Amino acid sequence: MPTEITNVIVVGLGGQGVIKASDILADAACRAGHDVKKAEIHGMSQRGGSVLSDVRFGPLVLSPMVPFGEADYLVVLAPGQIDNSRPLLRQGGVLIEPACLSANLAGGRAMNIALLGSLGYHLELPREAWQAALRANLPEKWIAMNQTAFDAAWEATGG
Amino acid sequence: MSIDVGSLISGDEAVALAALDGGVALGTGYPGTPSTEILETFNDLGGKAQWAPNEKVALEVAVGVAFAEARALVTMKHVGLNVAADVLFTIAYSGIDGALVIVSADDPGASSSQNEQDNRRYAVAAAVPMFEPADSQEAYDLTLAALELSHRWQIPVLLRMTTRVCHSKSILKKRQPARPAPTPSFRRDIPARVMVPAHARPAHRRLRHKLAEIAQWNDTCGLNAVIPGEKSLGIIASGVAWLHAREAAPAASFLKIAITYPLPMQLIRRFAAGVQHCLVIEEGDPYLAEAISAAGIPVGSKSENFRFGELNVTRVRRIVAGDDSLEPPPLKSKPPELCPACPYRGPFAVLRKLDCIVSGDIGCYTLGALPPLEAMDLQLCMGASLGVGLGLRHVLPEEQARRVVSVIGDSTFMHSGLTGLAEMVYNPPPTGHVLIILDNGTTAMTGRQEHPATGRRLDHSPATRLRIEDIARALGVPHVDVIDAAGHTDEFEQLLRRRLAGNELAVIIARKPCILAAGNIRSYERGSAT
Repeated sequence: MPTEITNVIVVGLGGQGVIKASDILADAACRAGHDVKKAEIHGMSQRGGSVLSDVRFGPLVLSPMVPFGEADYLVVLAPGQIDNSRPLLRQGGVLIEPACLSANLAGGRAMNIALLGSLGYHLELPREAWQAALRANLPEKWIAMNQTAFDAAWEATGG
Repeated sequence: MSIDVGSLISGDEAVALAALDGGVALGTGYPGTPSTEILETFNDLGGKAQWAPNEKVALEVAVGVAFAEARALVTMKHVGLNVAADVLFTIAYSGIDGALVIVSADDPGASSSQNEQDNRRYAVAAAVPMFEPADSQEAYDLTLAALELSHRWQIPVLLRMTTRVCHSKSILKKRQPARPAPTPSFRRDIPARVMVPAHARPAHRRLRHKLAEIAQWNDTCGLNAVIPGEKSLGIIASGVAWLHAREAAPAASFLKIAITYPLPMQLIRRFAAGVQHCLVIEEGDPYLAEAISAAGIPVGSKSENFRFGELNVTRVRRIVAGDDSLEPPPLKSKPPELCPACPYRGPFAVLRKLDCIVSGDIGCYTLGALPPLEAMDLQLCMGASLGVGLGLRHVLPEEQARRVVSVIGDSTFMHSGLTGLAEMVYNPPPTGHVLIILDNGTTAMTGRQEHPATGRRLDHSPATRLRIEDIARALGVPHVDVIDAAGHTDEFEQLLRRRLAGNELAVIIARKPCILAAGNIRSYERGSAT
């Protein structure tokens, strides 16, 4: 039976960059040598509705979905979704939300990536894996801006 | 685009890659969540992919490809197979010369569909072999295996996926060397290819003979797996339910079935005999449990509660524990709605204002039924807006009949509205009828795919554009208007009032590009496809 699976759920509204953030997280975990699975519902959720994406990584991941109430980390992009989604988090799990960020990051275009930076501080994934994942999943012209947001949030969380 | 071993890919992308490596000459289908990305990826990888007007036509085109000794892939969502079912049941009799794999992407839990039908029943009803992958690697491996089986037994194969297999991502660990595409050629075989009754009767016997052979082969083919564990509990599962089950009951013995029709019944019998209690874990209908029980093998099954919605690890733990107590309600979530600047908002506001009885259809505009618009009264399946609206008009008292309007989108009209329009002209109700075609120039709901009336192919390159207004006029509709209803809501209202007051047939095309697609459409039209 696999042990030490890290369970992350990213929650937000359609158009906020939930899928992009979870793609980058999954890619970073993959680059760090983990088995990774990622699950989400597209479709209707694109129209401004709730979007929820599960990312699981570790030595061997079976189900692509995080069991209810077993998320180690809950990353919420839309403050209005925090109360709804809190039951997904396990006891002692970490909630990462825009209020964790400085005002300029929380209100900026790279808010989803800044939240990843905050998450990144907690996870034991190498910084190089994150950098490579950011580069691979963002358009060239937006990389520098997102990298800055990611780094700033990482440092602020650590500080 | 290329996909390398070691990368994290979706099940849809894995099927596309396998189609490429398996020598598929043509991929065709109609967009539908969660299947849409298969053909888009196949195109991006360099395969020949195209959207058909609907799933029936797509399957017919694929049959032609497979009659020519080539390999074909057809993709659709579960309800699409209802449209293509007429082809499916008889191509199973005819058989094919090349290979034909039909992807049915089911949606347990109906996350973006009008129902949660379980298309495993189609494999049994149409008598076609069925493969069920659990993750992206299996989607790759089993698509290749399905192509091989289809070629070997000259039979169409159903590749049944579900939302969590199509859209989940997992790592592609290995890839097989690409198989060269066979050279197409036509071989005349009238008794096998022309299904008149005298030919169909022996064809049915040939089909059953093939299935008996495949069932026997399935017992030892090596694609199904036994994972030994404790003897007290043996679990039989397939698809993503197998992954949930292995996590939920890690100590159990497992039989994981990859080819779920015709079932490897000898393998199942041996497995069940070797454990004290055998339990089937499956999403949707109790298809496996019924088939295995009918073969005289005692197996336990989930309770009726678990027929509804998706399974997950938590629910499978309950099934294993026999816990049938009330499940916690699903998380509250914000429902989707029409985009704030959607060009459909104006027409719906007018329909509401005029208290129309709106017979709606499938697409983004179905969201017009939800608050705050609440301007759609009926919705059923692709194209039904026309027939259902006409039926209402035929029997309702005049005051109500006059308020009935059918509303359909451009892509849905091309998919299933043409025959409905023929019906409207052929059997007009006494008060006439009004059809509003909301033409936003794309198949918006599934992610903005092209269709015959956009004038562009799947890869957004130019194609002959079918003009909806010309079609309506050619069919004999006396009043056909094209209006930008979003920019001219008052004019739209006046026009609609006029048409509702008359006793004649009218088509109003409310044309304005989807707000999300408009930028891309402009760039395609400039010839600089992005």
